[in-house]
This record gives sequence, C-alpha cells and structure tokens, in this order.
Amino acid sequence: MSGCRKCCRSDGNAERGNQYRMDPGQKIDIREILRDLANYRPRRKGWTWRNRRPGQKIGPFTYSETAEPLEQAVPLPAAKYFGGIDPQPDYVITTEIASGRFEDDIRRMRMAAWHGADHMMVIRTTGQSHIDGLLEGTPEGIGGIPITRKQLRATRKALDLIEDEVGRPINFHSYVSGVAGPEIAVLFAEEGVNGAHQDPQYNVLYRNVNMQRSFVDAAVAKKIMASCGMLQIDGAHNANATAREAWKVMPELLVQHAINCAFSEMAGMKKENIALSSVPPTAPPAPALAYDLPYAVCLRWLFSDFKIRAQQNTRYIESDTREATVTHVLNLLVSRLTSADVQSTITPDEGRNVPWHYNNIAAVETAKQTLLGLDGLREMVELKKEGPLPAKVRELAERAVLFLEEIKEKGYFNAVAEGFFVDSGEYPERKGNGIARDPNGGVAAGSIVKREPGYYAPVCHHFGLNELPGKAERPCDLIGGCTFCRPEKIVYIDELDPEDNVNRRLAEVEERCSANEIKPEVEWAGDGYITCTLFIPEKEDVAEFAALEIAAKMGLQEAEVIHKRVIHPAEGTLVELKGIVPFSIDRTALRIPEKPQILTEEEIREEVAKRPLKVVCGTVGEDEHSVGMREIIDIKHGGIEGFGIKAVYLGTSVPVEKMLDAAIEEDAHAILISTIISHADIHKKNMEKLARLAVEKGVRERFILVAGGTQVTNQLALEAGMDAGFGRGTKGIEVASFLVKRRREES
Amino acid sequence: MRHDSLACGRASDFETRRKRLAGLSDEELKERFWELAREIVEPLVELAYTHTSPSIERSVLLRMGFSSLEAQAIVSSAEKRGLLGKGIGRVLLDYAARQKKDYLQAGRELAAGKGWDEIAGMYGGESQ
Repeated sequence: MSGCRKCCRSDGNAERGNQYRMDPGQKIDIREILRDLANYRPRRKGWTWRNRRPGQKIGPFTYSETAEPLEQAVPLPAAKYFGGIDPQPDYVITTEIASGRFEDDIRRMRMAAWHGADHMMVIRTTGQSHIDGLLEGTPEGIGGIPITRKQLRATRKALDLIEDEVGRPINFHSYVSGVAGPEIAVLFAEEGVNGAHQDPQYNVLYRNVNMQRSFVDAAVAKKIMASCGMLQIDGAHNANATAREAWKVMPELLVQHAINCAFSEMAGMKKENIALSSVPPTAPPAPALAYDLPYAVCLRWLFSDFKIRAQQNTRYIESDTREATVTHVLNLLVSRLTSADVQSTITPDEGRNVPWHYNNIAAVETAKQTLLGLDGLREMVELKKEGPLPAKVRELAERAVLFLEEIKEKGYFNAVAEGFFVDSGEYPERKGNGIARDPNGGVAAGSIVKREPGYYAPVCHHFGLNELPGKAERPCDLIGGCTFCRPEKIVYIDELDPEDNVNRRLAEVEERCSANEIKPEVEWAGDGYITCTLFIPEKEDVAEFAALEIAAKMGLQEAEVIHKRVIHPAEGTLVELKGIVPFSIDRTALRIPEKPQILTEEEIREEVAKRPLKVVCGTVGEDEHSVGMREIIDIKHGGIEGFGIKAVYLGTSVPVEKMLDAAIEEDAHAILISTIISHADIHKKNMEKLARLAVEKGVRERFILVAGGTQVTNQLALEAGMDAGFGRGTKGIEVASFLVKRRREES
Repeated sequence: MRHDSLACGRASDFETRRKRLAGLSDEELKERFWELAREIVEPLVELAYTHTSPSIERSVLLRMGFSSLEAQAIVSSAEKRGLLGKGIGRVLLDYAARQKKDYLQAGRELAAGKGWDEIAGMYGGESQ
C-alpha cells in the first residue's frame, strides 16, 4: 500500500528503512511500532482540519456538510441500503482513550479511525499533573497513560501508519497541564502532538496547583504550542462536570473561556488555534434545549473568532448507555443548530467504567450518524431572532459581563481566593460553595522566581523577558540550534523501569494468551471480559444478587453488576453484568464452514431471464411449518421469486413422493424441501428418502435437490444425498445463487 | 484561609446590577466583555513575562538538547543555589565558556553534580 497522498509531506522515515505498513487484513504489530523508535520523527506538526466539501455528491445524495471521504472505513450499518456509502461529516470527530496501556490504545485508535474519528485524545494517568518533571519509558497508568516521550512517539508513529490506511490525517492530542506544563509542551511540539488541553484555571481550580505558578508556566507552554500550530482546547467544561447544578454555571463558563482566550492570545496564540471546550450543560428530564441552545448561541456569538470544540455531557450520565446516547444525540443537535469545529464524543459507558473499545466506536458512530442525519438542517430551519432565545442569550452575556466586572475589581487571584468559581449559584447569585484557593498555597507554591536583569534562554519560542546577548538572528544561534530547529538534538530515553514497561507487558500477554488462543476483551489484550444482559423477573435487589449467582454458575470470574434498571418495582429488573471468562479458544481447533460465494441480484436475474428456472417446493413429512419456506420463496421477503424463479409451492405436510411426482409433472429443475421437525432425526430421514426415491425413479440427475430447516446444515444434507442444505437464517438470494451456479456447472 | 466574603452566599441582585448594562447594544456588550477579559489577564501576563519556574527552566534545557533526567538534575541544583532567576541557559553557557567546553558536555557535568561551586563563584555570591 502506498502512502496517503494527503498526509505524506515529508516521510523521512522511509529513507531510514522503516518499511512497516498496516495491512487491513492484519492486526497491528506492536513490536514493529516499537522498532527503531529512537530515530522516528513525526511527519508533520500542528493541527489539521477536515477537507470540507459543501455540495458533495455521494451515492444517490447531495450533502451540504461533509468532508473528503476516507479511503478505507467501516460505514454505518444501514449503509448497505444506500450502496455502502460512508459520508464523513465536516467536523473533526474526537474519541477519548484512557486504557492505561498505550499499546492497547493504539489498536483502539485504529478501530476508531476506521469509523471516522480523526482526533485521538489520550487521557493522562491519575496524578501526572502533580509530577514536577517528565516521566520516561512506558509504565502502565491508571485511567490513562503516563505521558512520556516513548509513549508519544510510538503512538504518533502508529497514527502515521493508520492515517495512511484510512487516507486522512489524524490529530493526536493530550494535556499540557499540571506543574510540568512547559516541559510537556516542548515534548508535544517535538513529538508531533497536534492538539492539547491548556488552561491555567484548570490547574488552579481542579488540581490545586499554585495559581501564580500555573499562570507563569502557562504563558511559556502556550507560546511553545503556538510555535507549531497546535490546537489548544481549554478546560472550562470541567465546571459543567463539577458544579452541582451545571446549568447555573453558564455565565461562569463564558468568563472562564474568556480568561483563557485572552491570556492565550497575549501569550502568542492565534485565535484560530484556540478552541473552546463547550458542553451543553443540561440533559433530560430537564428541558435540555431550552438551556443548552441559548448558551450555545451566546458562546458562539461572544467567541465568534475562536474555534468551538463541542463536547458532550458527562455530568448527567449514569450507567444507562441508552440514556447517555440520547443525551449525546441532543448535544449533536445543538452542534448542528449552531456550529462546531471539533465534535468530541463521550462514550456511552462513561458512567460505568473507563471506556471500552467498542464504546469508543459507538460514540464515534453516534456522532457520525447524527451529524449526517442532520446534514443541511440550517438550510431548512433557522433560529428565531426574537422571543425567549435572544432574550436568554442577552441575559447570559450580561451576567458574564457583570461577573467579569467583579473579578476586574478584585483581581483574578483574589476572586479565586474568595471562591468565585464553580459556585452553583447562577451569577450574581452565590451559594458559597465555590472552589476557593489560596494564592500563596497549593502544589508548587512559592516556586516562581523573578527573572533578573540579564536573564536569557537561548532557545526559540520562549515567552517573556529574554535578554539575549549579542545580535543573533534566532535565539538558538547561541547554541547552534535548539531541538525545534535541529530535532536530532532531542535526547530519547527508552526505558527506565525494568519491570514496568511495554516489553514486559507484551510478554505477559503472550504467555497468558498465545497467538493461537482467542480471548474476548474490552480494554486490554487478553483481559477476557464479557458482558451479559439479563432480564430478571424480580425486584431490584433480588435481581442483582440472582444475576451474580447466575454469573457464578456460568463460571464468570470477578463478576460485577455494571447496570441495573427497574422495569417495574415488582415485575422485574434489567441487569447488565461483566465478568472474565476463565478459558480461551484455540484458533486452530475452530471449524468455520466456508461461505458460499453468492452471485449478485443482477447476475441471477439476468441468467434466469435468459434461461427460466422452475422449482417445486414444500414442507415434507408430518410437518406444518411454513414460515421458513415462504421466506425463501416470497418476493416480499427477498425470496427466489424476486429473481424470476418460478416456484410451485405444494404447502405443508407434503409426502416426499408427492414432491418428486410434482417435479416430474412440472418439468422442474429443482426440488426444495423444508424439514423442520428433527426429533428421531426425522429431518435426516426425509432428505435421505427424497434422494433414494429420486434414484429409484431414475430422475436423480434431472433435479437439483435442496433441503432447508433450522437443524439442517450443508454438511448434513450432502451426507443425506442432497445437493445442498441451508440452515437457520438463510436468505432467498443464497438459494437462488446456488441454483443458478449449480445449473451452470451442469450445462 | 479563604477571604470568604462569599462563603455565606449572596442572593441574586441581577435585575439591579444589569441596569447599567441595559443601554449597551449587543455589540457594545460584546466589546465590554472582551475589554474586561483583557484587563483581567493583563497583570497575569505581566507576572508570567517577568517570572520563571523550575519547569520553565527545564523546558529550556530540553530545547537545548538535554534529557529530562539531566534537566531535572541541573535545575534542581540551580534552584537550591538561587540561580533560576538568571536563566539556566545563561548559567550553563557562562559556565561552559569559563570551562572552554562544549555546552552539552558542561551541562552533563552539572547534571552529575560537578562544577556548582565554580558557578557560585562566577556570580560573586550574589545568588547565594
């Protein structure tokens, strides 16, 4: 496979002999990703938007809001009714990945990319924001990965290969926050991370990092991010997720966005690289759009020069994945009714656990499906210019301005100290439950130092006072180039911990689950987790313990109830549980029947039109089942009549002899028998009897003999002397295809 | 610890407060919004412009071509000696010039704990 023409700007790695390419038929070879990482360089830096194509024709439709299609992808399930089309919406779509093992994250990123994600947001391990310095190697994380050079480089390398596979640039994203922000920013710039969260207010409010340190570091970090066109996303959405009544913090959200935007601009960022992380603050049963829509309109009006990263609601997500999905669809409606540049997604299992593989995919597909379904909406409907919507927009803006006035009067640090932020009262009301921080306290308090006269830093893109000696063209001329100008100066550390690293984990996985063993998984290779959905006709507490008992009897280990839903207080409860299967499946011992090659509908019709085909059919023996056979025959079920095949239907409980006599009389080409009842092997006996009688009457060669039924398999039918057998779930086209092909072989 | 003028909460007096904004057009309100935001962050930007931190200085060393481990060791020693205000890059280049050594080699010596007494002497004890 050749490199993607859109992504490969300067793939120096090819010259370095790195020939590994992803093959859609093969899993990612993690060891190939890890090979020669010391010399890997990112192929580009900075953010990439989708290539929007308004008015694009795809299949039978014209779209208003889609982007360039992918070269390889998995379309939505219903795409098969529309010629397999897979339009890509115009927004960049985010998926957040947090398994704690980058080698498993990479596989999930590949799956997500095939479903339309092009913004891979990697969550950091718990506590990294308080580590004053960088981590190295590939230690395992909790709720995310420890961000290190090796993990970033391996992931970026994998993403470069994945973008070649799907044919679209993929943005890689993580967090420039905590007390090592400037170093993380350097690392991200060097390693081709395309986007990052950076918001000093987040550090202050949610991580209790000293506020002076946080703002001083942030300016340096932001300027570095700006140097390579990284997209910045702010942290205001955390107020939604933290406040008790999230819709009341709307004025504050506007204020937080404004503070970070203004600060970022002054630190050297371009407006187009600053994105607001915005979440619709409510969810049903609240009248969600009555709050979410005015807020979204107000935000897009006040911040018209900036980008919008539309995030989905997490505040009101419980363990019910259906409920979460509906809330997220409403969030997508708000995006389409207003605007978005990046559409982020929250997995429907966010309320249960760290996201699982297929829930990332579910969230991405929810976004793709909904955005496509709403394509062109604003060409048909528009938001009202009078009435409650603009009134509410104005009110929110006024509340935000009043909020800013009060902060201005006190000074930002004092306002934080007084608990101005994340208060659940709608400003100017205050409930007194905001997050208050001491300007001289918190993590890394007292660690900032005044730059003395003569302070300098001989590197590029350094924010602040920099009294470089002499007259250099670039600051780094003093040192013969900094790592931004001469990436070969970057020092790569492979591993520091001999126990906690990717090589050790890969070896353990291989030991637990060899290449020939198959285990289900939700998060990590070979984790063995499955889920079961049970309706138990008992009240909630009884149902929960009954479900766990069922799991124990099924042999599931570490079983846990992950969701309960009362269907009726007495009549029953829905329970979902997860557990680990204590075995693996031997791949080499699997017997997988070969799938018959099916002709296309057009091919069959054409051939039957040229050479008519007649069949005699019926349910044989003392058997009154008619549904299966009717589905195979009837035109409205996609049956063989639909292809022009003439079917003479004899009904149910037809003696086998009569089937044969009718076929002779009708001069049919084939006999189709249905045989459902299977006790005492009656289905086998029916098939054998038909074959035997055909031989006895000397007409075996004249007829194609086909049997179908729930207990029939092709193997069984062949053994009984038939030409083919079809089991449960067979479609008319499969039978028609077989008949046409068999007749071709005979003639 | 908190100044707590809001600890007991405050009832909404929005209708009273908004009166002074009522006369502003939507565009004027938006301008006011941004004017205030910029005024609020100006002192924060000024603070950042004139200050540095251990992480900032380590980020300088990373960009100069040192590993995270070396950067950690050098900045930690410099911080103890009150040298961060000069800029670690400047300290390092001054030391390398004095030693007539390549700065990367000089930096690796500093990371290994060597040369700090000499540096203290270079700045005439002002940094002690």
